[in-house]
Amino acid sequence: MQPAVPLPELAGVSWRSLESGESLARRGRIWTAWTLLQAIPFVGVAALLMVLEPLSAPVAFLSLVHAWVIPELYAFRGSNVVRPKPTRAAGPEEVAQGLLGDLLDHEPRELQRQTGLALEPGAFGIWLVGEGGAVLVAPGGRRVHCFCVGVSDGDLPPSDRIAHLLLALRQDEIGFATVANSSFSGAAWRLRRRMAPESRPALTAAVAAARRLRD
Amino acid sequence: MPRLIRMDSTGHSTLAEWTAEDTAAHEGAAGLFRAELERGYIGMVDHGGGKATQVVELPLDAELVLLRRPIAGG
Repeated sequence: MQPAVPLPELAGVSWRSLESGESLARRGRIWTAWTLLQAIPFVGVAALLMVLEPLSAPVAFLSLVHAWVIPELYAFRGSNVVRPKPTRAAGPEEVAQGLLGDLLDHEPRELQRQTGLALEPGAFGIWLVGEGGAVLVAPGGRRVHCFCVGVSDGDLPPSDRIAHLLLALRQDEIGFATVANSSFSGAAWRLRRRMAPESRPALTAAVAAARRLRD
Repeated sequence: MPRLIRMDSTGHSTLAEWTAEDTAAHEGAAGLFRAELERGYIGMVDHGGGKATQVVELPLDAELVLLRRPIAGG
């Protein structure tokens, strides 16, 4: 799985261990444990309040809301990596869109034009690549990992940004996941709720493809 | 015809085209390619099927050689 020529950007993050399927799964478990650790005390407080004084139900309710909001905030942060950016100059984007289309097969090309996200199968699962990051849907389709990664050149049109990330991913998936910064790991349904409506079909397609990868 | 393309703010720019028989055109393109690498670009050849490789010399037979900027975690 290690490519003949690793991603050159790895030199900039030499202190990081290379990602693997196991390290991603471990990160997912840590995210879940951390989220539970933050949410459970609020559930406990709500339960305790109700036991001690049922009239404190409004406060207990607020505590439960806190427990619900914490994972939602994490999912919102994750969804930011694939959130559409404000529209820029149409001319360069049309040119870039043509090049990106040449890099994609028919179905992913149509999906990208509709949703702004390029679907790319990999060894770790199914990737959705946007202009400011990527979402990895793990085999089975239940868990997603969100990665913030991009090109520093601020003048590039959106499709060129996606093409940059796509080429890097195709060269070295391990290196790509290592260079990128993790911003969320959790349930696919939770991420879906926080994504822009026009991008959700891409996640639906990626989850369906990831389910077929299971075992 | 093989092409050398740089992804930039215009969408992309075709820097050079050459044929396997036209060694002069290929050498000219190779010079442009090296100059772009020195500016920090990374040469890529996409093979289809989800595979791409980095190239440090301009291949004679690749249909499309792309120049991209480095990526970084945000």
